[in-house]
This record gives sequence, structure tokens and C-alpha cells, in this order.
Amino acid sequence: MSATVLFDTPGPKARARSKAYTGITGLALAALLGWIGYRFWVTGQFDASMWARFEYTDVQWAIVQGLLTTLKVFAIAGAASLVLGAVLAVGRLSDHAPVRWVSAVIVEFFRAMPLVIMIYALYRWQFTDRPMWALVIGLTLYNGSVQAEVIRAGINAVPRGQAEAAYALGLRKSQVMRVVLVPQAVRSMLPTIISQLVVTLKDTSLGYVITYEELLYVGNQIAATTNTPNGFPYVQVMMVIAPIYIAMCLLLSWAARAIERRGGRTTSTGAALAGAGMAAGD
Amino acid sequence: MDFLNTLTDNTELFRKGFLGTLALTGSSALIALVLGTLMAAFRVSPVPVLRWIGTTWVTILRNTPLTLLFFASVFAVPKLGLNQLTYFVLAMATLGFYTSAFVCEVVRSGINTVPIGQAEAARSLGLTFSQTLRTVILPQAGRTVIGPIGSVLIALTKNSAIAGGFNVVELFSTQKTLTENANPLFAVFFWIALGYLLITLVLSGIFRGLENRLAVAR
Amino acid sequence: MTRTPFRTRTLGAAALVAAVALTGAACGKSGDSTNAGSGGGSSSSASKGGDTKSFSYKVNTAADLKGSPVWAKAKKTGKITIGVKADQPGLGFQDVGTKKYSGFDIEIARMVAADLGFAENQINYKTIDSAQREAALSGGQVDLYVGTYTINDERKKQVSFAGPYFVAGQDLLVQKSNSDITGPTTVKGKKVCSVEGSTPLQNISQKKYGATTSSFDKYSKCVNTLLSGQVDAVTTDDAILLGYAAQYPDKLKVVGKPFTKEPYGVGLKKGDTALQTAVDNAITAHEQSGDWKKAFEATLGKSGMTAPQPPAITEK
Repeated sequence: MSATVLFDTPGPKARARSKAYTGITGLALAALLGWIGYRFWVTGQFDASMWARFEYTDVQWAIVQGLLTTLKVFAIAGAASLVLGAVLAVGRLSDHAPVRWVSAVIVEFFRAMPLVIMIYALYRWQFTDRPMWALVIGLTLYNGSVQAEVIRAGINAVPRGQAEAAYALGLRKSQVMRVVLVPQAVRSMLPTIISQLVVTLKDTSLGYVITYEELLYVGNQIAATTNTPNGFPYVQVMMVIAPIYIAMCLLLSWAARAIERRGGRTTSTGAALAGAGMAAGD
Repeated sequence: MDFLNTLTDNTELFRKGFLGTLALTGSSALIALVLGTLMAAFRVSPVPVLRWIGTTWVTILRNTPLTLLFFASVFAVPKLGLNQLTYFVLAMATLGFYTSAFVCEVVRSGINTVPIGQAEAARSLGLTFSQTLRTVILPQAGRTVIGPIGSVLIALTKNSAIAGGFNVVELFSTQKTLTENANPLFAVFFWIALGYLLITLVLSGIFRGLENRLAVAR
Repeated sequence: MTRTPFRTRTLGAAALVAAVALTGAACGKSGDSTNAGSGGGSSSSASKGGDTKSFSYKVNTAADLKGSPVWAKAKKTGKITIGVKADQPGLGFQDVGTKKYSGFDIEIARMVAADLGFAENQINYKTIDSAQREAALSGGQVDLYVGTYTINDERKKQVSFAGPYFVAGQDLLVQKSNSDITGPTTVKGKKVCSVEGSTPLQNISQKKYGATTSSFDKYSKCVNTLLSGQVDAVTTDDAILLGYAAQYPDKLKVVGKPFTKEPYGVGLKKGDTALQTAVDNAITAHEQSGDWKKAFEATLGKSGMTAPQPPAITEK
């Protein structure tokens, strides 16, 4: 919206210039795409043999299983991170200093740690046999810590009068949190929370690093075990796997935006954090 | 003192890894900042095609897992005949492109925080779009986005660890050699984690300082 | 403003992609697709992991290993877990679709399991990459490991071996047109790929060879980088390389000058001598009965290697 204040409604001259830019950009884009297409052509990526394997039900089934595995990890880690996030957020707002401290240390530590290292360390330490749990626990600790900060910001953004009114009605602190503050915080922060869930979904692909059979790992297996006259079909596998990931993430992102538009409850803090939260996550 | 020995016996390895992480983070940060700002300019520009390119770039990159991007750049891109690119260059491009999408969003929201009157005043002085953007909007937006850019670069530092799984010599990849040589697991990951923490702490310090010095009073 | 139509469009595209991805599974060819791609030109590529004929070995139901905790535990649960490789054609290879394992290592695993009293359906295969082998054995995640596992003193500090059941030698795989690389002394300044945590990688990384090394978790990735020209050679045991060379007979070749001796053993938990003896006996028995030779010819033999004499047992 504010974008339009940066330039005037184009007049005839500006329209002509815009057209020229459009033409140049269009040509540049076409050239780029053409060059990529040419690279595909000369390296034999369009060769039927590179694609043939995707016609087989066993490979299709393998992809579906990889997808389901990814979704399973996402579901467990997503739910667990929300629970952990709520607990840590309330912990950081506790009246007891030790609880506040412990929550703060947990949140800061796991947010500062590169997730891939955490997952890999968990895998090597205890979960060599069960990589799924290394992945789920790593994702939960990291994303739970991020969600904690989001929910905490949400709680702080609830008008003070709400809590005061609840106390005046004789509710205890735990009740105020549970009944009044957390539900409102979650509601107002829902877009940000879902954005972080997108991050969680994306990071399930780190399972590849610890040889857990999620979608990306399955993709690698398909490529590595297919012989064609032109080598392994990594390019083709990417062209099949990447759209699946992008589609899943887009659907979730879209849900976040739809809620943001419909809810109308998003406070200005929520909106500001929405940007920061997405950027901070990987 | 196995714990300390892991560090003292492998200082050369750790040094190489640490420098690798610094080089990778630094170079991809540069790509991300330049490309991200350019894409942000595209996204607010009067030319529809440019807006479309900016939006597509951001939408695709933000919704693709970074591990998948690494996988594609290391295993698929060279298959298109681009086999002279080293693993470091591939990782640098991957991290730079990926992060540029986040930089773009931060810069764009920074542009939105510049009061409308500023742009209107610039326009009434007869400045063109690119002049308005370059001389009025971006310098002011730049100040407000310092904090968020800092978060983005910290995230980039952490993300650079993934490159260690794709043949780039950096901190995380030192664990391969270290664990093979039977160093205690806890010590290995402790020292590696400390290395990352060092970088991210320095980064956040720098950006906090910059934010304080350049803050716009509004 | 301009964002609304974009939003609907992205959603539409996302939904479309998702729909295609899901419905795609509803139609397709069935059967083993491992080699779907190679038409005419590479018809000589015989070593396909998937099509190896399966032999059956007589299960020794009377097996009773006194003093082997690993065996006792496996017997109690009725399953023996064997760690293997999954991406080495001719040795240990898993079909992505059917999930079936095949190859010479797999045959050895089946022979040993049969003699230990476990039938085919009681074997639980588990893919373990090179770098994780010791951890998997000492942590009890696998009872045995059969996967191009070279016996050496360094490893014997952490695990025990039975065998060897085969002796390979480190060699180099290069592009067919490559005439510079003729052996380990000619890799100076060249880019060479091998697998993380493997002896070949440690060997070639020695200063005297002067090669630039890179590594991945799987050999298939190294071979991929060789095919696309990112590296000049892949080095590991000739048995493994021959399998890949057979997949791409017009693109790759094995140099053919093995420069080390790699005795392959069956990995087991350190100190379980009862299990070690039983595995040794099983290997010897199948070598004498001719099963060993038959298994070799049906797997590695297909890549043009003639069956050698089985090696003498050294790990007792």
C-alpha cells in the first residue's frame, strides 16, 4: 500500500519508461531461462531415461512414504514445541526468580545453538538407533524456545486491565495465565506462531543429515539408486521433491496470512514481531 | 583432562574451522545484503515485472528448506555442466541467496516505517523513484532495520553450519575428524558450539552498538 | 493492491502441485524400477542390486551359543539385527521401492544368520553408514555388521571381527577418458572423493599422495560428483568401485592397480568370542560347501571379477 507513495501515478512518459524496463527485464529473464533450458538440454536432463523411474509405483510410493514421515515429524515436533513454548513463556513470567532464570537460560541457549549441531549431537549421543527422536527433540527444543518468546510477547501485549480484572475477581496467578492471558496471547500471535511452524516444517529436512528417512533423504536414495546413461538423476529428483516442500510451506504460510486478515486482533506488537520472527528463524 | 585436550590438541583444526565459518558467513552475508536490498527495491518499484520478480524470489526462497537448497546446489547444479564451482562457492551462493529473501523482507518493512510525508516531500521536489529510494527512503530505512538485520545475520551464522554437512571446511565439519579420532563427544560439540556462540555474541554486540548510535529519534 | 491476485495465484499453484504430487501415486508402472532408465547403450550393466537371485541357506535350528550375550538377546527376541550398506551395487544394496537388500555382503549375512539359527524372516537389516559402524556395534543397535568392513587394529580397539570373508584392495575409479591417473602416485593435486570415516579416505589423505580430498556419507554421492566432473577420482576398495564401473561402462573405469589389502570382516561387539567363533565357523562352512563361490558369482562376479580363493580366517 505504502509502496505507491514512493512514486506518482505514472504519466505517459513514465508509462513508456516502465514499458521499456518491462521489455528489458523480460528479455533478461527469457535469456536466463533459455540458458538454463540450454544447460538442461546439453547435459541430457530432458532425456526420457532420467525421468522414467518416477513412472513406477514403487518410487511414487517411496516418495509418499517420505512425505508422510516428514509430516509425522512435523506434527509431533510442532505440537510439542507449542506446549514447550507455552510452558517456557509462562516460566519466564513467573513470580519465582529461579523459575524465571531457568526458563530464560533454556530459551536463550537453544535459540543461540545452530539447530543442525544440536540434532547431530543428539543423534551421535543417544539416538544413533532412533534418528527420528534426535530430529523431533532438536526441533522441539529450538522451536519451542522461539515460540516461548512469541507467546511471551503476546502475553505482554494483552492490555494490563485484563489481568487486573481477573485478579480482582479472585483468580490465582495460574488461573489468570491459563484462562485469561495465554489464550489471548496465542490468538493474537497466531500468524507469528504459524510462521514459526513453517520454519519447523522446513527444518524437518535436517533429518537428511542424520540419515533419517524423511522426504529429502528418500529423494537422495531414489537418485543414488537409479542408473541412467547420463548418471544419477539428481536434477530430476530435485524438480519433484522441491515443489512438494514449497507447496506445503506455502499452504501453511497462506493459512497464517488468512488468519492475520480475518482475525483483526493482531496488535501492532504482533505484527512487528511477525516480521522479526520469520527472519530470525532459519 | 580429555575435555581440555580436545581443544588444545586440535587447535589447528579448530582454527581452520573457525576461519572457514567466518569466511563463509562473511561472504554470504555480503551477497545477502546486496541482493536482498535490490530485491526490496524491486518489490516497491513502479515496474510490475520487477515487483513480480521480487515477490517470486522471496516467496520461493522463504518456503524452501535450506537443507534442500544445499542438496540441490551441491548435487544437482554441477550436473548442468557447472562443475568448476567449489563446494565453498556453492555454499556461499546457497546461503547468500537464501538469506537475501529474509533481508529483502526486513528492508521492505523498514521502508514501510519511513513516514509517508518523507516520500511525498521527495516527490514534490521532483525526485524520481530511484532518487527517492536512494537518497531519502533507504538511508532512513537502513537505520530502523539494523536490529532485524542483526537477527538475520545471526540466523545466517547458525545456518552456515549446514554447509559442514556438504563438504565445506568450517566449524561443524571439524566434528568428523574429531569424533573419528575418539575425542569425547561432549567435548567436541561443546567447543564447536562455543565457536558459534562467540561469533553470534560479537555480531549481536556490534549490531546493538550500531543501533544505539544510529537510532532515529521519532 | 497487487498482492491479492498474487496470493490467490500462489495458493492455486500450491494446491495444484500438492494435488499432482498426491494423485501421481495413483497411476504408474509397477515392478522393479532400479534400472528403469538405462536403455540400450548400457545393457551390459549387469550389477543392478535389485535383480540378484536369492539363495536359501539351511537354518541351523539347533544353534546354541553359550556365553554370547548378544546371541542370547537376539534369540530371545527372535530377531537378529544386522547392519549393512545400502548403496553399494553388488555388495550391499537396497531397492528404494521394495526395500529389499541384495549383494555379496548380504549373502554372507544370510549365511551367517542361518548358521546362528535365524531364518530369512528373522533377519532385521539396518542401513548403517561407514562413520557410524563402531557406535552402532558397541551401542548394541546391531548384533552383527556385514558391510565392506575392513579389519584393522584401530577398529579392534572398539569392536571385534570375525573372518575375513573377502579381501579387497583400495583402487581408483576415474572417468573413462582419464589417462593421467594410473595409480595412487599420480593423484598429486587432483580432487579425490571418498567416504567419511573410511580407511581409503585416511589412506589417500596421507601427505605423500598430495591429493585434495572431499568426502560424503555415501559412495554414491562421490560417484555422482565424479560423473559430473567435480572430482577427478573416487577411491575405495576395488570391489565397491567395480560395481559402479559396471553401472556406467561407457563413462567410468577402475584403474586396476589395488594398492592396499582390505580384509573384510564381520563386525561384532568387542569381546564376544563365542559369537566370533560361531561366525568364523559359519563362514568356513559356507566357503567349503560352495555357497560362497555361488554367492560371489551371482553378485560381485557380475561386474567382471572372477571368484578368488576365499581368504583364511585370521580373527579367532
